[in-house]
Amino acid sequence: MIDQMLAASPNLMNTFLFFTIAAAFLMVILGFVTYAILAERKVLGFMQMRVGPNRVGGRWGLLQTVADVLKLLIKEDTIPKLADRPLFILAPVLAFTPAFLVLVVIPFSENLKFADLGIGLLYYIAISGITTIGILTAGWASNNKYALLGGMRSAAQMISYEIPLVMSVIGVVLLTGSLNLNEIVAAQENWAFIFIQPVAFIIFLIASIAELNRTPFDLPEAESELVAGYHVEFSGFRWAFFMLAEYVYLFAMASLTTVLFLGGWQPIPFLGFIPGIVWFALKFILIVFIMIWIRGTLPRLRADQLMSFGWKVLLPLALANIFLTAIIKELINSF
Amino acid sequence: MQDLYNVYQNSYLFVFVFLLLGILLPIVALTAGKLLRPNKPTPAKQTTYESGIEPFHQSWVQFNVRYYMFGLLFVIFDVETVFLYPWAVAYDKLGIFALIEMLIFMIMLVIGLIYAWKKKVLTWI
Repeated sequence: MIDQMLAASPNLMNTFLFFTIAAAFLMVILGFVTYAILAERKVLGFMQMRVGPNRVGGRWGLLQTVADVLKLLIKEDTIPKLADRPLFILAPVLAFTPAFLVLVVIPFSENLKFADLGIGLLYYIAISGITTIGILTAGWASNNKYALLGGMRSAAQMISYEIPLVMSVIGVVLLTGSLNLNEIVAAQENWAFIFIQPVAFIIFLIASIAELNRTPFDLPEAESELVAGYHVEFSGFRWAFFMLAEYVYLFAMASLTTVLFLGGWQPIPFLGFIPGIVWFALKFILIVFIMIWIRGTLPRLRADQLMSFGWKVLLPLALANIFLTAIIKELINSF
Repeated sequence: MQDLYNVYQNSYLFVFVFLLLGILLPIVALTAGKLLRPNKPTPAKQTTYESGIEPFHQSWVQFNVRYYMFGLLFVIFDVETVFLYPWAVAYDKLGIFALIEMLIFMIMLVIGLIYAWKKKVLTWI
């Protein structure tokens, strides 16, 4: 249906329909965020031999996050007197908007996709870079020492890991010859790229966890040293938007990993009768689970380890991967 | 051809709709919150948090030059990536000549990276 709408000539009616579809999708994302937070708390709880939330909403704590959001909504919103007020208000929006904006290019199944951009991958990378500015703005505008330290650390970390992230993807682009995410999925009909580009997958996974500021790369908000990093001064719903941005990025990154390396909606051989969206969901949940698992397992890195790992290990490895791929491809073509 | 052009236009329309929603959600949520939440500011509430003590000085200070160095390195390698993407997309048509050319370009940047490495720019203190 979306295919036909995309092919029709642009008109007001369709724009309105697009808006409805996007709003419905936004609701799905909010639902995902609600239950991803609960799942994370539950899984972490079980990994640490605890039970996790189990009071609000039955034995599984199904309404815990909903209650948390409602509490945040009616919480008093304080802006410090010394803070840079306009930037302080702008920062949560600047962090959240790109997180939602990147989702437009991700194809969820043959039929369920939004924009069919020829430069989908480049669009994703370019837009996701804006979030760094949002976080840096938050740290700066707070006029708080912890927040500024957290914001600067976050900016340094995010720009350092963006390089290996974008470079690891080039191997996939080389094999596909396209930046369109639909074509990248189509190219994985026989073999998912995780088998052809294992090094790229590992670099991408590590760098994406660093981009998401999750443990073991959670230095920007290291609770034990910086209190909460760039969002110390934020309270109530402004704070909730930073949390929301973080989890929407988790959704986006896990989707992108699924699309680039796990073959998106392509089924495992002989199981093609199961619809594509189910395959996408299964692979997506696997990636999210792995990220929670890593959080439950690994301790936080030191700042100097973090930087030298990004620049001295991941970057040369990503460069080597690009050229090995290109040379092997050249050799296969010439024989 | 007309179809492709329509897909192109509609795709960016979709991007615009997403942008609109991404900005609208914070505005709507914060406005709704404004009507619901209490607002009783006191001077004590509005001080900057500094682990309980009275905050001293501003925190808008000069920062370590190291961050600037990493920013510079980032720009260099990000621009390089911008060159790598079109090369990777068009690789099938360009062939061995472009591969060697890109290798030379890359080696020059790797020399830069090694130089920065030896100059201890990459070590974080």
